[in-house]
Amino acid sequence: MFDTTNAKKLVEVRGLKMYFPIRTGLLRKHTGDVKAVDDVSFDIFEGETLGLVGESGCGKSTCGRAILRLYEPTEGSIKIDGVEIAQTDFNSLRKMRPTMQMVFQDPQASLNPRMTLAGIIGEPLSEHSKMTSDERLARIYELMDAVGLNRDFANRYPHEFSGGQRQRIGIARALALNPKFIVCDEPIAALDVSIQAQVVNLLEDLQEKFGLTYLFISHDLSMVRHIADRVAVMYLGKVAELAPRDEIYADPLHPYTKALLSAVPEPDPVAHDTANRTILQGDVPSPANPPQGCNFCTRCPVVMDICKQIEPQFQEVRPGRFVACHLYENTTKTAEKVA
Amino acid sequence: MLTYTIRRLVLAIPTLLFISFIIFLIVKLSPSDPTAGLPLTIPPEVREQIRESLGVNQPVLVQYFRWLQLMMWNEPLHLLEGWTGWEIAPDGPRVISYQTRSPVMDLIMQRMPQTLWVVGVSYIVGILIALPIGIISAYRQYSWFDQIGTFISMLGFSVPTFFTGVLFIVIFAVNLGWFPSVYDTTHVVTDWDSFIVQIKQIIMPVMVLGLFNASQISRFMRASMLDNLNQDYVRTARAKGLTERVVVLVHVLRNSMIPVVTVIALNVPAVFGGAIITEQVFKVNGIGQLLIIAIQGGDIPVVQTVSFIFAVLIVLFNLLADVLYGVLDPRIRYD
Repeated sequence: MFDTTNAKKLVEVRGLKMYFPIRTGLLRKHTGDVKAVDDVSFDIFEGETLGLVGESGCGKSTCGRAILRLYEPTEGSIKIDGVEIAQTDFNSLRKMRPTMQMVFQDPQASLNPRMTLAGIIGEPLSEHSKMTSDERLARIYELMDAVGLNRDFANRYPHEFSGGQRQRIGIARALALNPKFIVCDEPIAALDVSIQAQVVNLLEDLQEKFGLTYLFISHDLSMVRHIADRVAVMYLGKVAELAPRDEIYADPLHPYTKALLSAVPEPDPVAHDTANRTILQGDVPSPANPPQGCNFCTRCPVVMDICKQIEPQFQEVRPGRFVACHLYENTTKTAEKVA
Repeated sequence: MLTYTIRRLVLAIPTLLFISFIIFLIVKLSPSDPTAGLPLTIPPEVREQIRESLGVNQPVLVQYFRWLQLMMWNEPLHLLEGWTGWEIAPDGPRVISYQTRSPVMDLIMQRMPQTLWVVGVSYIVGILIALPIGIISAYRQYSWFDQIGTFISMLGFSVPTFFTGVLFIVIFAVNLGWFPSVYDTTHVVTDWDSFIVQIKQIIMPVMVLGLFNASQISRFMRASMLDNLNQDYVRTARAKGLTERVVVLVHVLRNSMIPVVTVIALNVPAVFGGAIITEQVFKVNGIGQLLIIAIQGGDIPVVQTVSFIFAVLIVLFNLLADVLYGVLDPRIRYD
């Protein structure tokens, strides 16, 4: 288990907000925002894997992209390796890119169809380093070896590969510049189950070998349980709960986490039939118009009056365990606030 | 790729034969009479003799095969002799224009340079204007630049060249007097002054046709760029830390050019075909004008031959576009 007590913080996200403006009418007036990521704060320690889970549309991918400034965040601060990147200008950001990389969800669409494998992997090298073409080729081969691709493939195009191989290309590309931090944006969602394990094991091996730090975005709770050291659960643009992996799976605190974990399929038929599942009612509210108070109050099985009025604070309730829920807050204090 | 090209070329032969036959039938079906333009004082018997001598009283199939025979063998040899100087051309008959009594191929060769020069330049100008406009419009979608570009493209699309041509003449030739309204094809460029004169007389036809071409191609370019700009691989390119210029001009543009290049290739036969109306408006004696005069005068051999050459060019450039697609897009392979 990863020890967070004396590890260095590699990524610090504070109050990150990513709003997409809604423009309507003839003059395309700004009439509202889709609050894809709404005030998210967390840290990622060097060498760990933080799993980011949540259902579709909860803002996981947006959060991952905003952290790498692939979107312009609306508000908040992102520090990677001690450097603030939320507001830096384009050129200094570009020089930061080697430190932080991303593995994308769709390995087919995220590779330029007109570039050969060597071109795809080698492009960041020619952009950010002063290698000769021989050195570059040597590095490309080295990376291809690292991700388990045959060297003969260097001059082929992405469409000639299978999904798993393409994802390996994507990983090799992300590794090219020796990054410290990699955002894996559902890297296995588009792959066959048999290939998923290969890719996840490859990611783990590479982490061990190069000391990488991952933000692993996924909706596959079992896979996150396998790979992550700590897990953050997102709901409607906010982090509901953040805790070490074993604790969150054994004893989820937030009602949403409980519901989410009870939805994991149970392989044992007997256990499956007797399992006490929390089935959530209703749909996720629109991120353009989130409910007042707690985001989850419209579907929460243990909803209280206070949940519909005051937004719960995201706070540490036990060592290493953060949760945003009124059940775990000092209720007297919040009751005073209401009055 | 080579076998594919050869197979397509072989397949083109029956296609072209069929097209030539259809063109022939359509032209024959039209109620035009090659002697209609002759003075009314010519007695009917003489008229009949003229018809007889032109061969228009023979069965349609016989006429078709005679024309085909000349078109497939004699005329290409004459063409080759004209280009190389080898004395290989047979002495036999040629496809003769009813109106001018000269071989149709010679007429076409006389007209071709003017057409290629005026229409070709306008096509190139159109492409050169269209590509940057399309790229910037897509990159700054819904910006003022894009809105204005869209508006002008719609104008260029929807307003016919006989209107813009006349409008340009009224404004720039009649009112402002900047440019001549007639394109003088006998003008020879020898020095700087005559070069200026050439530029002045070519500007208006080139602008009229260029506007039309540019509006079409810029829309294609914009649509294709927009398709690609939102692709995941563009985000990958940004994540690699490339400069925005490299992202747009290398990653996006190279992928966007694939459909645009084929559209450009497919439109090249229209350059050879000339712009029938624009040539008429600016009095450019090119292929388009030749075709119009031939249609008016019932000059069947000219109409037939010119249409057939268009058909050949269209088939060839379709093939070229397909081959280019294979060259540009590694996902497409022809075996």
